[in-house]
Amino acid sequence: MSELNLTSAPAHLRHGSSIGQPLTRRDGVLKVKGQATYAADNHPPGMLFAVMAVSSIARGRVTSLDIAAAKRHPGVVDVMTPDHKPQLAVDPEIKTNPFVFRMEVLQSSEVRYANQPIAVVIAETLEAATEGAVLLAPRYETLPALVGLDAGESFVPPVVGVGNPAENHRGDVEAGLARADKQIDAIYETPPQYHNAMEPHAIVAHWDGDHLSVDMPTQGLMLSLGRIAELFGIAPDKIHIRSPFLGGGFGSKGLMSGPPTLGIMAAKLVGKPVKLVLRREQMYGPVGHRAPTRQRLRIGADAEGRLTALDHHARTVSSMFDDFYEPAADASHTLYAAPAIRTSHDAVRVNTGTPLFMRAPGEATGSIALESAIDEMAWACGMDPVAFRLQNYAEVEPITGKPFSSKALRACYDQGAERFGWAKRSLEPRQMRDDSGHLVGWGMGTATFPALMFQAEARAAIRRDGTGSMEIGAHDMGQGAWTALAQIAADAVGLDIDRVTFKAGTSDLPDAGIAGGSAHTATAGAAIHSAGAAVIAKLADLATNDERSPLFGAGNAGVIARDGRLIRRDDGSRSETYTEILARAGVAEVEAHGTGAPNPAAMDEYAMHAHGAVFAEVKVDPELGQVRVTRMVGAFAAGRIVNPHLVKSQLFGGMIWGMSFALHEEAITDRRSGRIMNANLGEYHIPVNADVPPLDVITVEEHDPHVNALGIKGVGEIGITGSAGAVANAVWHATGVRVRRFPIRIEELLTGV
Amino acid sequence: MKQFDYVRPATVAEAVAAAAQPGTMYLAAGTNLLDLMKGNVSRPDRLVDVTHLDGLDRIERLADGSLRIGALVSNADLAHDVEFAKAYPVVAEALLSGASAQLRNAATVGGNLLQRTRCAYFYDTASRCNKREAGSGCDAREGENRAHAVLGWSESCIATHPSDFCVPLVALDAVVEIEGRGGRREIALDDLHRLPANTPERESALEPGDLIVGVRLPAAAPGFAAHARYLKVRERTSYAFAIVSAAAALRIENGKVAEARLALGGVAAKPWRARAAEDVLRGVAPTVDAFQEAAWRALVDAKPSGDNAYKIELARRIVVRALTLAAAGTPARIPALPASPFASSGAIHV
Ligand SMILES: Cc1cc2nc3c(=O)[nH]c(=O)nc-3n(C[C@H](O)[C@H](O)[C@H](O)COP(=O)(O)OP(=O)(O)OC[C@H]3O[C@@H](n4cnc5c(N)ncnc54)[C@H](O)[C@@H]3O)c2cc1C
Ligand code: SF4
Repeated sequence: MSELNLTSAPAHLRHGSSIGQPLTRRDGVLKVKGQATYAADNHPPGMLFAVMAVSSIARGRVTSLDIAAAKRHPGVVDVMTPDHKPQLAVDPEIKTNPFVFRMEVLQSSEVRYANQPIAVVIAETLEAATEGAVLLAPRYETLPALVGLDAGESFVPPVVGVGNPAENHRGDVEAGLARADKQIDAIYETPPQYHNAMEPHAIVAHWDGDHLSVDMPTQGLMLSLGRIAELFGIAPDKIHIRSPFLGGGFGSKGLMSGPPTLGIMAAKLVGKPVKLVLRREQMYGPVGHRAPTRQRLRIGADAEGRLTALDHHARTVSSMFDDFYEPAADASHTLYAAPAIRTSHDAVRVNTGTPLFMRAPGEATGSIALESAIDEMAWACGMDPVAFRLQNYAEVEPITGKPFSSKALRACYDQGAERFGWAKRSLEPRQMRDDSGHLVGWGMGTATFPALMFQAEARAAIRRDGTGSMEIGAHDMGQGAWTALAQIAADAVGLDIDRVTFKAGTSDLPDAGIAGGSAHTATAGAAIHSAGAAVIAKLADLATNDERSPLFGAGNAGVIARDGRLIRRDDGSRSETYTEILARAGVAEVEAHGTGAPNPAAMDEYAMHAHGAVFAEVKVDPELGQVRVTRMVGAFAAGRIVNPHLVKSQLFGGMIWGMSFALHEEAITDRRSGRIMNANLGEYHIPVNADVPPLDVITVEEHDPHVNALGIKGVGEIGITGSAGAVANAVWHATGVRVRRFPIRIEELLTGV
Repeated sequence: MKQFDYVRPATVAEAVAAAAQPGTMYLAAGTNLLDLMKGNVSRPDRLVDVTHLDGLDRIERLADGSLRIGALVSNADLAHDVEFAKAYPVVAEALLSGASAQLRNAATVGGNLLQRTRCAYFYDTASRCNKREAGSGCDAREGENRAHAVLGWSESCIATHPSDFCVPLVALDAVVEIEGRGGRREIALDDLHRLPANTPERESALEPGDLIVGVRLPAAAPGFAAHARYLKVRERTSYAFAIVSAAAALRIENGKVAEARLALGGVAAKPWRARAAEDVLRGVAPTVDAFQEAAWRALVDAKPSGDNAYKIELARRIVVRALTLAAAGTPARIPALPASPFASSGAIHV
């Protein structure tokens, strides 16, 4: 059973329909009081501390470790190395399915990237384990590291992202370019970025015979469970994972990675509970990152500013030993109605940890390049950036020709532009100043993200005391699943939210799928919705088949559930409470299961995406080149909004991340050693409060009957897209300098401004 | 973490005596030193915690008109002392542009002066670094060095001193009071930090066991209060070290610059006093032309140490702007975004 049972009443409760209410986080008070237990807060009795020693070289071999010195250090219990470790049931180099990534769990002395784990020191205190790891003083045989986008021979990857073809086209791009009046041919570069969730990856692992108990933040309880079962050769029902709260994940906690696996191995080795928490700098390697890209965009437009061709090529990198390819060029599939579109990718292998999904993988990197290039073309055509985008508005999805399941992007442009005051923008750059002489620029970008669905199950129950429960192994990464999914659950069983026990966050609950792809609310929500419908149907059967019930003969589709009652659809005066129905039937509770899954027929017929338009204002010091974003407005259409309060926060977060992408974030890799030189939050810059301007989010009404039963599209990632380009375009509009390497640096503006 | 001894003396004399043992370091708030210890960059055998020493947490006005700031006064307490900020606004603005509120609350005056460089290769123990390990080499020289020094560097080391606080202090002729084995002595702040030459591991003029007990600002320093600004260009609006910064302080009499003070931060292994530029300004009208001439003089010896040629041009522009801002007059209150180019940000005209 899950240990968490959040039934405390949230603020702003309105009885009736929960979906659509701006409830505050139900776990907020716990978090503010420090009572929300994150993985690393657990201390089972007898627990030891494990600390990873990581490689300082990016390529080569560990030739020696001073294990004796580490073991001599007071408090050190054991040192796990390739020669001294529990055996795994499967080779971690084998990909048992496409969602399995190869990981470093001390299978050999080979080093494939900097920060790769090379040993684990287990000790009675964190301090002793930390010093033990230092005392190992590794020696290496070092080979020259492969670093950067030109490190080696490039190749076309078999797939990019999750199973997308590396190349795709519609129409004749070269012919389209040839007949264009205006052409853009530009190269944009984006750097490696790291997820840097506030909460580091952490695990507390505890073996009891062949039973394993794990506290670990995960965005995919069942995927993690399956992988652990496979690696350790135990049945899934012998494993219990608790992941009630994540301090952010952004994709890096989606799949089982090396470090938590090492924690479980360490616990097995010493026969005691073990805690392993990554240091911030150790998060720059074994737990994924956003790969760098170099993107070339060739765009043609005719005399009226209509696109004739759009060619988007992206170069990226993957690790020496596994495959994940940032699908950056795919961003050009959906937004602009070019009659000819070609997208392609190639890649080189470098000595890095394997790249991974990072919030809006492909969409974020691709969007900043595409939105910059579209802006450049609008300027080349002498057109306002919004007018240019409207001129090329895609009525059907350009790459597939499918109609959209819904698309309120026009309203996003209109409402966003109106709120921002866009109409007053000068077409020419470098025309606007403020009172203190700073250059002012306005830019915009289009946002888009696919509306995905995965598979999930949920279990609903209604009890004789008139309360309900909903169980689903869902994940709250901070986005508010504890609240939003509980709102869906309340409506699903026709009860007020404080009458429903909502359980989530542990692996003994029904599979909620992965919290990724901005699809968690939609997927888990659909399962909850269907479980609720199923349990209400059972309850209705009890009533409508019973002559003593006022609902007798209504048929189970002839009643609706509201406020703890079943009510005849055609006669509101005839109703009965859940308690009455169950008491008469002599049943303690009714229970039912439901599932959420994509609808293949709808997916065949429709293109499904959320959309948005983001507007940004920047100020730039004309002599010193320092940039400051002073205002952002984002208008987003993402189907049904379950909780406007949480949705706004997601979109704010995305917009801030977009601004970070344009102006701040970059992992700096030493070109010789392959080590990351700014692997800490002091020097890996993300925006601080002083950087974040007043943000304004508009959620545009959108009804989508096709995406899923609830019409939810997801808002987790879309906020980054559009925003990054909007800021970059605003910098150009302020200065007249087009910077195509991100983040935009002062030195690049210095010469221009 | 390496095991170390920890002692907490009650008096300055005890502290100096305790620090006599080799492998000993003073610990103030630890905002820099403890980070370095966690990263294995510093591995002292013994820490002498100075935070409980008596009498070093005071700001005292002395009979000769000078001001003594105890080494343990926190960065925040100093910057927020109303009298201090009025008399030495450029120092307060520099302090408030550094680090974060939380760090400033903890960090001490003495620790700020002696904070170590932020060169990433110094922090990365797998890199070669002459400062960390004498004679091992300098991996920054051919590495990622867009933030490194453009003045006073050598082939042995191209690191910068990162303090904001020190920049206006050196401009205002601050003096450092030291208690050492040979008793008390004082040196000009300008002489505290050393340029690297062939011995970048020797960063300051302090001898082993020397304790900074205070910093003194001379009686002449408040004479600049009406025209003094600190300007700091950085990669985000707050909580970032300077790429380049400048402290400019002017005494303007009858429309002419009677005396100018100028120092640069983020450009060298020490806070860089630009005396030649000051000389250019003495006796002339505070015009942009004069400021440009001063900027040119200030950077005449600058040369890139890597991918950082832009810092030279940026430094020139910062000098011109800082002098211009100083000439315009010190604002009545320290701006909400201290030392930022966006410290004053006006309404937009479309
Ligand atoms: C993330 C981050 C961002 C920062 N940003 C900035 C910034 O933008 N601008 C800026 O100027 N600074 C910045 N700092 C640095 C900060 O100002 C220093 O860490 C702080 O001033 C050091 O003071 P402390 O008391 O903590 O010194 P400690 O860390 O305790 O000591 C630092 C050094 O000084 C020595 N020491 C301390 N006191 C004495 C004494 N009385 N006599 C002799 N030796 C002594 C110690 O032995 C040690 O070597 C930043 C720091 C961090 C961590
Ligand atoms: S610049 Fe100085 S501090 Fe940096 S690596 Fe070279 S010697 Fe070390």
